[in-house]
Amino acid sequence: MTTEERAAVVGFPSEVRLAEEDRSLYGLMAEFEEHEQLLEAAKHAYAAGYREMDGFSPFPIEGLAEALGREGSPVPLIALIGGMIGGLGGYFMEWISMGPLYPLNVGGRPHNSWPIFIPVTFELTVLIASLSALTGMLLLNRLPRPHHPVFNVPQFKRASIDRFFLCIETSDEKFERGRTRDFLGGLKPLSVSEVWDE
Amino acid sequence: METIQGSEPQLPDPGKPFPVTTLGYPAEMIGPKETYERVSNQITDEPLHHPHQKAWLIGFTIAVLMLLMFGVAVGYLLFKGVGIWGINIPVAWGFAIVNFVWWIGIGHAGTFISAILLLLMQKWRTTINRFTEAMTLFAVMCAGMFPLLHLGRPWIFYFIVPYPDTMALWPQFRSPLVWDLFAVSTYFTVSLIFWYIGVMPDLATVRDKAKTKWKQILYGIGSLGWRGSAVHWKHHQSAYLLLAGLATPLVLSVHSVVSFDFSVSQLPGWHSTIFPPYFVAGAIYSGFAMVLNLIIPIRRIYGFQNLITTRTLNNMACVTLATCWMVAYGYIMEAFMAWYSGDVFDKYMMHDRMFGPYGWVFWALMTLNVLIPQLLWSRWIRTHDIALWFVALSANVGMWVERFVIVVQSLHRDFLPRSWQMYYPTIWDWMTLFGSIGLFMTLLFLFIRYIPMISITESRELIAQRKEGRL
Repeated sequence: MTTEERAAVVGFPSEVRLAEEDRSLYGLMAEFEEHEQLLEAAKHAYAAGYREMDGFSPFPIEGLAEALGREGSPVPLIALIGGMIGGLGGYFMEWISMGPLYPLNVGGRPHNSWPIFIPVTFELTVLIASLSALTGMLLLNRLPRPHHPVFNVPQFKRASIDRFFLCIETSDEKFERGRTRDFLGGLKPLSVSEVWDE
Repeated sequence: METIQGSEPQLPDPGKPFPVTTLGYPAEMIGPKETYERVSNQITDEPLHHPHQKAWLIGFTIAVLMLLMFGVAVGYLLFKGVGIWGINIPVAWGFAIVNFVWWIGIGHAGTFISAILLLLMQKWRTTINRFTEAMTLFAVMCAGMFPLLHLGRPWIFYFIVPYPDTMALWPQFRSPLVWDLFAVSTYFTVSLIFWYIGVMPDLATVRDKAKTKWKQILYGIGSLGWRGSAVHWKHHQSAYLLLAGLATPLVLSVHSVVSFDFSVSQLPGWHSTIFPPYFVAGAIYSGFAMVLNLIIPIRRIYGFQNLITTRTLNNMACVTLATCWMVAYGYIMEAFMAWYSGDVFDKYMMHDRMFGPYGWVFWALMTLNVLIPQLLWSRWIRTHDIALWFVALSANVGMWVERFVIVVQSLHRDFLPRSWQMYYPTIWDWMTLFGSIGLFMTLLFLFIRYIPMISITESRELIAQRKEGRL
């Protein structure tokens, strides 16, 4: 629902009704044409003290997450832990099945013939590390999530095509509807829209 | 991501349809007029509106007919057993293993292009990586079928999987055939994850461009609700790069493990330390040839010349030529080592390979795999898609013939002359080979029909880099 439609429903400008509705307001969203503008806007917003915000773009923008105050990603660490589990687990499986569980003499090799156990150990390291990287990425991103309030903004359809968005959320301490709207308007966006959650 | 090649000047050349560098090589990475919206429209057009329906339907019909033939061949195989093939003792491996090695080799180019060239910051890979990754997946599917069919009783294939069964049996982890299971299944899984992570944001673009409810729902499910958040991109890019790093040693390991199937044995012609690198180079070689064979017609039919530029073709042809020489080095070393070893069996194997009953196959291999690809030294061939297509086809067939020589010729005459036998493929062998090509093509046609076949996200990145003057 656009702001205009909503205004028609609730009888805009009835300030009392809007204040009640505020609880389902997710945030304010500014639209930009170029990725550099979004990067600049994110830096300004961070400097102005906003923290609970997110940028949206059709391709990854270097430094945008950092500009929004989100440093680093734990995905490599998750993959490292997964890889170690895979490697150690793989070797353990080979050792226990070729030694204690089913001892078999092949060409006089020792039961724990480690050089020949390396290929499977390596493959399982890579396999579990990759699976961990995927699940880690999805869990950190809280995906799959088919719906999200930002999809209620009609212009947002172009976030996956050629537009760049900055959304400041109501959960931010500094968020004040009027002031935040003015602040976003001052960043020279194509449009500023309200994001409703329902 | 700055590259030296990216900053080359682009000069118009009146004699050529594409801009060139100062040295005369094609320079263009992406068409000059492309915008974010244009590439999004052009690439999502295929899954959403399906232009060129006729060409697609003709190709798809042929592919499905070949797939049906595969069904017949496999059905009869399950009914009668592997005796319907031309295999015997000593040539127990036959077409099934030739096809297995050939298919899995083809898959390697996809990972090479998407992972290794990503780490090497080769931007020209951008518009072909999605397609080649899909090719990898389908080629590995075809490859994986052959060892299973060759088992004779494929329905108990799970005996090779380690699990605590009631008979307290474990697979023999010292056997390269068990390594194969782990290598191939890991390779397939990791390729699938890598491909899916890349395709997720593009499915979101298709979702947002779709007009009908069903398409919106299905592509929405495929994209997992991707919304392009900066934080999401950060984790996404981190995972993507990490997977590229993991896939790089993996791709080298897979064909090494496949080559261990041969080189760990004692047979002259197989028992050789050069096998792992020689197999990996051959894999990348045949894979690049297959990519060229597939991408050239698609580029023409769907009009992707603005994205898959002449520069991409030229670079791919160069990689093909380089790997061709690595493979040629392998052939030379095999012959040299056979002579230098002084071993009578090794020397006889090499003599038999060149002048024995399968000698003509060896010389066909040399012509197809080493001689004809030398045409790629010519810049004219490298920048003319039809000529390039034929050279790539020669390399593709050549690599299949190479595997035939390695598998069949080495086996047919071993240490004991009384056990020598010739191997002749039967109609079922041929039907299985061409049927597996049908399976591959069917999957590929479905892919280009329903999934954006060029990475939209990464094409946009190229445009953004050009806007910043970094391309």
